[in-house]
This record gives sequence, structure tokens and C-alpha cells, in this order.
Amino acid sequence: MKKDLSPEIKAVEKYGTDRTCLIPILHEVQKEYRYLPEKALRNIAAMLDISLVDVYGVATYFRAFSLEPKGKHLVTCCMGTACHVRNSPGVLEEAKRTLGIDAGETTDDMLFSLETVNCLGACALGPIVVIDNEYHGEMTPAKVKKILKEVEKQEGRG
Amino acid sequence: MAKIKSPAMLEEYRNEILRKRKYYFRTISLCGGPGCHAQHCDEIYEAVKKAVEENGLSENVEVKKTGCHGFCEMGPIAVIQPEGIFYKKISLDDVSDIVNRTLGKGELIKELLYPDPENGKPITKESRVPFYAKQKRLLMSMNEYIDPCKIEDYIAQGGYSALCKALFEMEPMEIIEEVDKAGLRGRGGAGFPTASKWRACRKAIARDGIKYVLCNADEGDPGAYMDRSLLEGNPHLVLEGMIIGAYGIGATEGYIYVRHEYPLTVSNLLVAIDQARKVGLLGKNILGSGFDFDIKVSIGGGAFVCGESTALMASIEGRIGEPRVKHIHTAEKGLFNRPTNLNNVETWANVPLIINQGAGKYRKVGTKTSTGTKIFSLVGSVNNTGLVEVPMGMTLREIIFDIGGGVKGGRTFKAVQTGGPSGGCIPESLLDTPVDFDALYDVGSMMGSGGMIVMDETTCMVDIARYFVDFLCDESCGKCVPCREGLKQMLYILEDITEGRGTLEQLELLKELAGVMRDTSLCGLGQTAANPVLSTIRYFEDEYVDHIKKMKCRAGVCKALIAFSINAKKCTGCMRCRKACPVGAIKGKKKEPHTIQAEKCEKCGICLEVCEYGAVVRK
Repeated sequence: MKKDLSPEIKAVEKYGTDRTCLIPILHEVQKEYRYLPEKALRNIAAMLDISLVDVYGVATYFRAFSLEPKGKHLVTCCMGTACHVRNSPGVLEEAKRTLGIDAGETTDDMLFSLETVNCLGACALGPIVVIDNEYHGEMTPAKVKKILKEVEKQEGRG
Repeated sequence: MAKIKSPAMLEEYRNEILRKRKYYFRTISLCGGPGCHAQHCDEIYEAVKKAVEENGLSENVEVKKTGCHGFCEMGPIAVIQPEGIFYKKISLDDVSDIVNRTLGKGELIKELLYPDPENGKPITKESRVPFYAKQKRLLMSMNEYIDPCKIEDYIAQGGYSALCKALFEMEPMEIIEEVDKAGLRGRGGAGFPTASKWRACRKAIARDGIKYVLCNADEGDPGAYMDRSLLEGNPHLVLEGMIIGAYGIGATEGYIYVRHEYPLTVSNLLVAIDQARKVGLLGKNILGSGFDFDIKVSIGGGAFVCGESTALMASIEGRIGEPRVKHIHTAEKGLFNRPTNLNNVETWANVPLIINQGAGKYRKVGTKTSTGTKIFSLVGSVNNTGLVEVPMGMTLREIIFDIGGGVKGGRTFKAVQTGGPSGGCIPESLLDTPVDFDALYDVGSMMGSGGMIVMDETTCMVDIARYFVDFLCDESCGKCVPCREGLKQMLYILEDITEGRGTLEQLELLKELAGVMRDTSLCGLGQTAANPVLSTIRYFEDEYVDHIKKMKCRAGVCKALIAFSINAKKCTGCMRCRKACPVGAIKGKKKEPHTIQAEKCEKCGICLEVCEYGAVVRK
């Protein structure tokens, strides 16, 4: 029965209809769709009995949420201070060049999304790049290029 | 497990746990902290567990994955008790040796021991490793004995005894007085006296009887991760602190606001809260005292400003996380317009310690105005990166050079950044500044939540100022004009300087903007946003002048002011840089010196990284 329900209904069932549950619900729904589709936002607003603009406000204010679909592989470059002094800007530049997109963008073939984060709290290993939840520490421009090329190869991409 | 209904029952439960432990003759604690976790300590833990079983040692050897031990540089790390053997940089290949030789027979594996940096001799015991020897680990020490997902581990270490004392031997006001006498100041940044906050919230009238205590675990300062390691590694310590505080204040509900970037922290915390509820340490009638209190976890959405109290409360309420003007204090009208008290993770973690040992003993550590210890995340260009807990008043020099082992790769120290985006950069000449709230403020920085980022000659101080302003520009919520527009203007100016368009007049303009922002911004983010700029101008003005007048970036960071070239004498023509160059800017035949075409070069520095002969020059 349950598997037919939409992610937003499941999330509301799990967390409840109180407004304090809005952020956890959005996190949960985004996990399923990998972004927040308009329809889901409308459904959440209706179920929580708050206006759509309130849901939209929160969904666009916080960095964690995206209203645009994300690629299959999520590449996140940490830009925290500890990573910065160990050349994370160079690592990000190379990741952009290798993937051919800017930070915050997704490739046209929907394979990769590139994002930055302000600190992942694993500063001792900086610069950090996370690819699909796997941490790669002590990155350099050359190393990140190599890793990304490998993932591209697995996907049969140039 | 049945509910514990009295202090005597808790004591009985503790003894029962300790009795069962007697059968183990050795315990291996593998660090599961953020640093080791990123280095696949989970796989090592599973492998050790399996090998222990296969070798028939399960009855006698306990295998634990614990919270952060602190020495992230050497991760994945393990400590073997009762001997206290410290193993560093363990890999999967070492597992069978560790289990057979050390856990089984008590033999040492020399290659896994930490070599003394002075003479190279292997050090056996964790307590003798210089990184640990100079620390005073009052809060962090328990981490390596505790599996964060087992309440029994915390109770076995004497956990929740402070709560018993508070609930059954002290009046609520006495708790606040004790914290006051201890001189506890908020560890989140500003160093506000904790007891004053508590007193104000206790006094505030709650119309419907509900007051809140909140824990701020929205550790947004880039380069800081001590709150994560405390909450993730020893969640019950923070819970115990909150329950005691709630009893003192008269609060019945609590929230812990955790940033979403820390999923493991959230899951450990949820397990801990669930276990505490099951044994009667949270919920109705805690330990049979008649006191009711429960805690919920609230997850952030990735906004730095939500570390600010009113923004954090708005976010918990499910609204946009923007700060508000504080004409009315949150102690009177905070979360859901009810009296609310907010403290940082590390502040809460200090509370059980104060109640257990009393204010008198607590005060003996630290300085007169900054008591106790402080945890710093010592990162950046330093040999021993990790979390260090030191008594307040220790000098920056001792922390960076004695504990941290000095600057990485034999480079020269340039500055240390404390206090995150609200703090500043402290130069070499002030390294003997003691770390306490007031001394750091006096040199133009602040304690902040405890990030300590070491910088060497390869860091450009103008670029660092630009970095922080860029960060804050991105994170400013946009509600008030001085912060929103001021940061943008500052960023334009700093970009001008780093890209070679700067003028000396702009330095004055930066200072003027800084003054306006400090005086007129709505919240702490804007009021302190100029600190990184002001402190770098104050101590490193010559670098700004170099950028402006000589068009030179001495650290070789600002791309517009540097150029790459190849030293023909050193180049062997190995083609490595040519192949690696992402834009095809390097020309040259095999075994002949290569050259870089300046017009094509994007200055990414990959050639410098891949060259094995030191032939690539950055100027």
C-alpha cells in the first residue's frame, strides 16, 4: 500500500503536520526527488495548512534545498577556511573545468551536479571533495581531475 | 531495560555494567570521529570485529568504535587499553596483526606507533604523545571510552551522576549560583556569562508555564568542528548538561539545533535521546524526582546566520531563518514567544563537570576571567591537525608549536586566524597572547567557537580577507542594509585589490565601511563582519600596499598578479606538465625544455603540482 504514496505524503506522515516539521519534511522529500518539484511544495503547503509562499520562502532561503533537478552524481567541494588555505579554490576551478559547468550547475546530460559547501567539519583532511557521499581528502587540482575523469569513464562520458 | 527511578537505582545499574566489563582483558577503541570517518574507519572497525571473532577472542576482547580522539592528522587511530597503546594511520592490512599480536598477545607493532618528532623513537602510550601530553582534556577525554550509541558506556564512566546531584541535592537557584561561581562563559563566540542568561530566563514569566532550553549545534564557522565531535562522540554529556540547565531554569522542553551537514551527529543524537528516554533520564518524572523535561532535535538547512539566536529560533519554528531586532530579549520572548535560553554545545558540556566537581575546583583551570578549558580545532598549515583541549590562558605559541608541532612542510608561520568570519588574523609578533576571551578581543580577534587556522607564507592575507567577505556576502540574510550592501561594497574593493586595480584610498574606505557596519547592522553577523578585513589591514598592511603599488602578491595566490614559467635549466622535457595542462598552454618536444604560453595560461598551478624536478616557477 505505502509504496504508492508520494514522498511528501510519506514525509508528512513521518514528521507530522506542525510547521516546525517543515524543514525536516523538505529534507526528506528532496532525498527522494533529489530536488523540490513545485507539485511537492504545493502538496506540503496544503497538508501543513500554510501558504505556498511560506514553503517557497523556506525552500529558497536555505542553501540545502534546490528547486532545480540535480544530476546523478553530486560533487561537493568544501570551501571552508582550512580547505581554502590549502588551495580549495584551485581544486574547485579544476572540477569546474573538468565537468564543464559552474558551481551550482548541473551538466546537460544530468550526470553531474557541482556544488560548494562552506565547511564539512573534516578540516584536518582539507581540501575535501565529496563525490556521492564519499569523502576524498587532501585534494589537489590534478587529483580531483583524475577522480572525476574516472567517474566520467564509468558513465561512458567523454 | 526498566526505567531508573532513583539515584540508588542508577548507581546499581552502573555497578552492574562495570561487573560485566570485568571479563574483558583488553579493549580496542577505534576513533569514529569526523576525520577518521572520512578515512574509512568503519571498514577497519568491521574488519577488527570479524578478526576478533575468528580468532576466538570475543569473550575477552572488546571492540569499540568511539567518538573523536582528536588527533585527526594521524587517523585512522586506535587506542588499546589497559596498556594505553596508541596506534596511528591504521589500514585494513594492519588489522590481522593488531588482532593477533597486540590484542591476543600484548605485543607492540612498532610501525604503527607514533614516532617522537624529536628523536624518531616510537612512543607507546597515548598519554606520552606530545600532541596529547600538553592538553587538558576535561571534556574530550571521555570520548575514547564511549561508543556514542551506548548509554551504558556513558553511565559506566560516571555519567548522569551530576544530574543526580543537581536533582536531589540542589535547589534550582543553587545550580545557577554554582555555574555563576564557576565563571562559565558561553563557548559559542561572544563569551557571555552563562549564569546571567540562565537567571534572566528563570526570572521571566511564562504565561502557559512553558520555557525552553536550546542547544546551538549549528556550527557554521568554517574551519571549526569541535561541537560536532563533542555532540557526535559523547551526546549524553551534552544531554546531561541540558537537563541540569533546564532544571535550574525551570524549563520543560528542549531543542538541539544541528546543521544538516552533520548527518552522523543527528543520527547519534537521536539514538542517545531515545536511550535516555527509555531509561527514564528524559521525559516525565526524571529519576523519580518529579521533574519533567524532554528534548527534540531540529535540523538546519545550511544557513550560517542561523547560528544567531533569533534566526535559529525562527528556523526551529519552520520559518525563514532571519534574525530580528532584540528590543525584547529571547530570555523573555524567544522560541514561540516563550522564555528561552540558548547555549552552545561546548557550554552545555561543561555543566556536568561544574556540578560534579564544584565551582571551586572548576575555577582552578584557566584564567581569572576565562575559566575552564576550551577546545580548538587546530587546522590549516600545521603539522598535527586535530582537536585540542587546553586550559584557557595557554598561549597561541604553545598551542601551535608545542601541541601542533609547528608549521607544515618546514614553511614559515605567517598568521593564525581565530573566531571564524567574526574573528581576525593574529601575526607572529602576538603569538604569546594567551587564549582567553578578553585577550583575543584586545588583539582584534575573538575566541569564537574555537576554529584556529594556521597560515604560512603561501597564504595571501588580502585574499583571506576577500575570502571571508565573500563568505559573509553569500551568507548575509539580506534583511538589513548595512550588512547586505556593505559587504558587497567591501567585496568589490577587495576584488579590485587582489586583481590589481586597487588604490590606497580604498583602504580608508574599507575602514570607514567597517565602522558603519559595526555600528548599524542588525545582528552579530554584520556587526563583526569587518573584523577579518580590519585585522589584516592592521597587521599586514604591507601586503595590501604591495598589491596596490607594486602589483605583487608575495604569497603567489592572487592570479592576476602572478605568472608561471619554466626554468629551462631544470626542465628535463618529461612532458608531464604538458599532458596535465588543462588548457594546452605548454609547448615543447620530448626531452627538450618546455615553455608556458602566457596568453593561454589560466594559472591553475597544475604544472607546478605535477613537475617532479622543481622546474615550474610561480612569480
